[in-house]
Amino acid sequence: MSTERSSHPHAAAWHSKPGYASLKRPTDWLPAVRGLRLPLRFPFGAPTWPTSVPRPRKQSDLGVSYDTEWARRYPVRLARAAYTELVTRPVLSAVARPSVAGLDRFENIEGPVIFAANHCSHLDTPLILSVLPDRWRHKLVTLAAADYFFDSRLKAMYFAFSLNAVPIDRVRTNRESAERAERLIAGGWNLLIFPEGGRSPDGWGQEHRGGAAWLASRSGRPVVPVHIKGTGRLWPRKAKRVYTGRTTVTFGAPIAPDPAPRQLVSRLEDAIAVLADEASTDWWSARQRAAAGQTPPLRGPDAAAWRRAWALGPSPKDRARKRSPADEKRWPPKP
Amino acid sequence: MPRPGFVLEVDRSTPPVLIWHGEGFRLERLPAERSRVVYAPEPLEPLGDPDAAIRRALLNPLGDVSPLPELLHAGMRLTIAFDDLSLPLPPMRRPDNRQRVIEAVLHMAAAAGVDDVVLIAALGLHRRMTDAELRHALGDRVFDAFSPSGKLLQHDAEDPTALVMVGMTDHGEDVEVNRRVAESDLLVYVNINLVTMDGGHKSTSTGLMSYRSVRHHHNVHALQHSRSLMDRPNSELHSSAWRIGRLLNEHIKVFQIETTLNNDAFPSQMAFLQKREWEWSVRDRATFLAASKGAEALSPAARRSVFQSILAPHQMTSVQAGEVEAVHTSTIANLHRQQLVDVEGQSDVVIFGLPHIGPYNVGSIMNPLLVMCFGLGYYFNFYIGKPLVRPGGVVIISHPTPLAFHPVHHPSYIDFFDEVLPTTRDPLEIEKLYEERFATDEWYRHLYRTSYAFHGVHALYMWYWGAHALDYAGSVIIVGGNNKAVRRMGFRPATTMADALEMAEDKVGRDPSVTYFRCPPIMLPHVH
Repeated sequence: MSTERSSHPHAAAWHSKPGYASLKRPTDWLPAVRGLRLPLRFPFGAPTWPTSVPRPRKQSDLGVSYDTEWARRYPVRLARAAYTELVTRPVLSAVARPSVAGLDRFENIEGPVIFAANHCSHLDTPLILSVLPDRWRHKLVTLAAADYFFDSRLKAMYFAFSLNAVPIDRVRTNRESAERAERLIAGGWNLLIFPEGGRSPDGWGQEHRGGAAWLASRSGRPVVPVHIKGTGRLWPRKAKRVYTGRTTVTFGAPIAPDPAPRQLVSRLEDAIAVLADEASTDWWSARQRAAAGQTPPLRGPDAAAWRRAWALGPSPKDRARKRSPADEKRWPPKP
Repeated sequence: MPRPGFVLEVDRSTPPVLIWHGEGFRLERLPAERSRVVYAPEPLEPLGDPDAAIRRALLNPLGDVSPLPELLHAGMRLTIAFDDLSLPLPPMRRPDNRQRVIEAVLHMAAAAGVDDVVLIAALGLHRRMTDAELRHALGDRVFDAFSPSGKLLQHDAEDPTALVMVGMTDHGEDVEVNRRVAESDLLVYVNINLVTMDGGHKSTSTGLMSYRSVRHHHNVHALQHSRSLMDRPNSELHSSAWRIGRLLNEHIKVFQIETTLNNDAFPSQMAFLQKREWEWSVRDRATFLAASKGAEALSPAARRSVFQSILAPHQMTSVQAGEVEAVHTSTIANLHRQQLVDVEGQSDVVIFGLPHIGPYNVGSIMNPLLVMCFGLGYYFNFYIGKPLVRPGGVVIISHPTPLAFHPVHHPSYIDFFDEVLPTTRDPLEIEKLYEERFATDEWYRHLYRTSYAFHGVHALYMWYWGAHALDYAGSVIIVGGNNKAVRRMGFRPATTMADALEMAEDKVGRDPSVTYFRCPPIMLPHVH
């Protein structure tokens, strides 16, 4: 071994030369506890990597590449059904108190279908899962942002299990993501997709991306528009806590796939806007406004940021404070 | 996609590198900022269907020659010669390339109704192969069909009745060839090209000829003027072999079949031998430790037995057939595809770690002369352009160099070591004073012909083989070798690599540049 001291009379001088074998790496004698590294020298420990050799980029198996096949196996589906019934649904019932409308609009069609919903909160997916009839829910996958839900192994496993989430690249067009979604539809799985590509930054709707329409056109399967009202007030983006309140989930009539995905994008956006109007008023009024082309736009007023925020009404923090025992339920009331 | 070979500049973050040491290995940390390591390319993808490729090659020969089936006809005399056990290294797993090719040739010969077929192991002056070795190379089917009826022969370079003189080249080189070959209507030569030195006319002019012919290219002058043995156009040895081969081709029809192998030399259990040290996994480190510590625990004989039992998972990367020179050109291109590594400039010191096996100690001991031949003859000559070490530089060889000889395989080596080396180490003087004696010694001749001994003159050839390096290098140091054996050969013994590097400074000055040639796997540096 090069680390052996030779018996040669000049060996000591030699070993003191820069760069020679006796030089110890700075990491050689690190305490074992630091970074769980054992102070073992190669070959007992891991080899060092020569500076001049570029490290190969490790092919990550997270993100878009995360394999969720295991989460669609039957035993896992059973476990997820139990988890949804025992955890998701009770929690959502307590937190969001959802009311559901429009389930009858698609009860007569055969799956698979693509559920396309507006997106304001992380509560949206479990809320839909908790209100969907079993027939649809047990074979539903959720397309979830690979960069957010699948960036660590623990998160990836949890969301793949609890939401049957499948990673999708929302940053750029990814052939692997698209083909995987296509294969899932071909395999009889319903998809839940949020065409806005992410949660609303301010509570209003965002422009729809073409993914849902493209998948519908490619697969020939209908799109069921879904509007979720209220979750944006309970757990908006960047909120540090979840508030409780009421929510409404409104399902629309299935939209037949259009060979031209661009047209389907705007039809879908319009359909969700009508559902939003219906959830805020009533079905007949919403229909009348839709027929007159007067449906309030999902994207909110085209105005300054403060006016858009103002138009949403009181913030969830205000509502929470109002409901807080300290403010409202103190007895005897504060003087 | 296999990665090409490359040269690693050693820095402080470079882990210790693996250096072969006979039947064992060492991990050595090389001097940082002035050392480099030449790593071999990764093994090429093998042919998907080698049997189909062989058939295609036989039906579509290169050069001005007809497809093999058209050369075969009933009533003809067909001789199939094949490379002996010195190739490949380590011996490859069955089926051997020779088996695949010879079976394909025999299928065609049977279809053409050829009855008179003889197989000849082209030994040259090497030792005879045992039945087990022949069976391994040729496969059971061929061995069982030809050996019992005496149609499987081994070339005897000392049988006057089995040799015939076919002429003399314009350089005065005798062309004395195996009689059966000379009297055949067609010679099919089946070759395994492990390195660029092999194949071409050298196959026949070495493997199937007598000492009278071989001496014209296996001599000190030829070897001192071969720059290098692995670069045929610049090799005097090959120039002579080519002249002899061309003359032979004027008298007999030769259909050459050459195959190349990838450099996948070790089984997956020893994958660490093929991998770069910083890429060693936990498993690689564990197997390294187990193999090296296990080997140390064994007796030399047991250790040798274990290492000699290693069979390489080599696989065929190309096969070409037809006219000798056209075939060989294609073969060399395929070998270069696997083995070439570009290296910039020479260094003051070069380090060679010799493994357990060389071409002349298959199933045998790597004795001191073989260490010299392997290190200074083969490793030193692995270059195109110029050697890895500068003129007057130092060659460091890592090998235990045991003072031990296989008495059956290498009888003349013992006498050479004991009688010749104490008097002179000068190759020219040895050639002048001793070659005739060793070449014509009746006892050696008897052992070569009837036992399993290398030819008497082969011991001298081992010394000649290193003649170029002896002439070129300023000093040769052997690390971890037997002191007596090393000193007898005129080299300097060192206990450790650190000692050797320090001793090298005496010759090449302080802080010399160092190149470590990390072979095997086999590669061919192109030194610019």
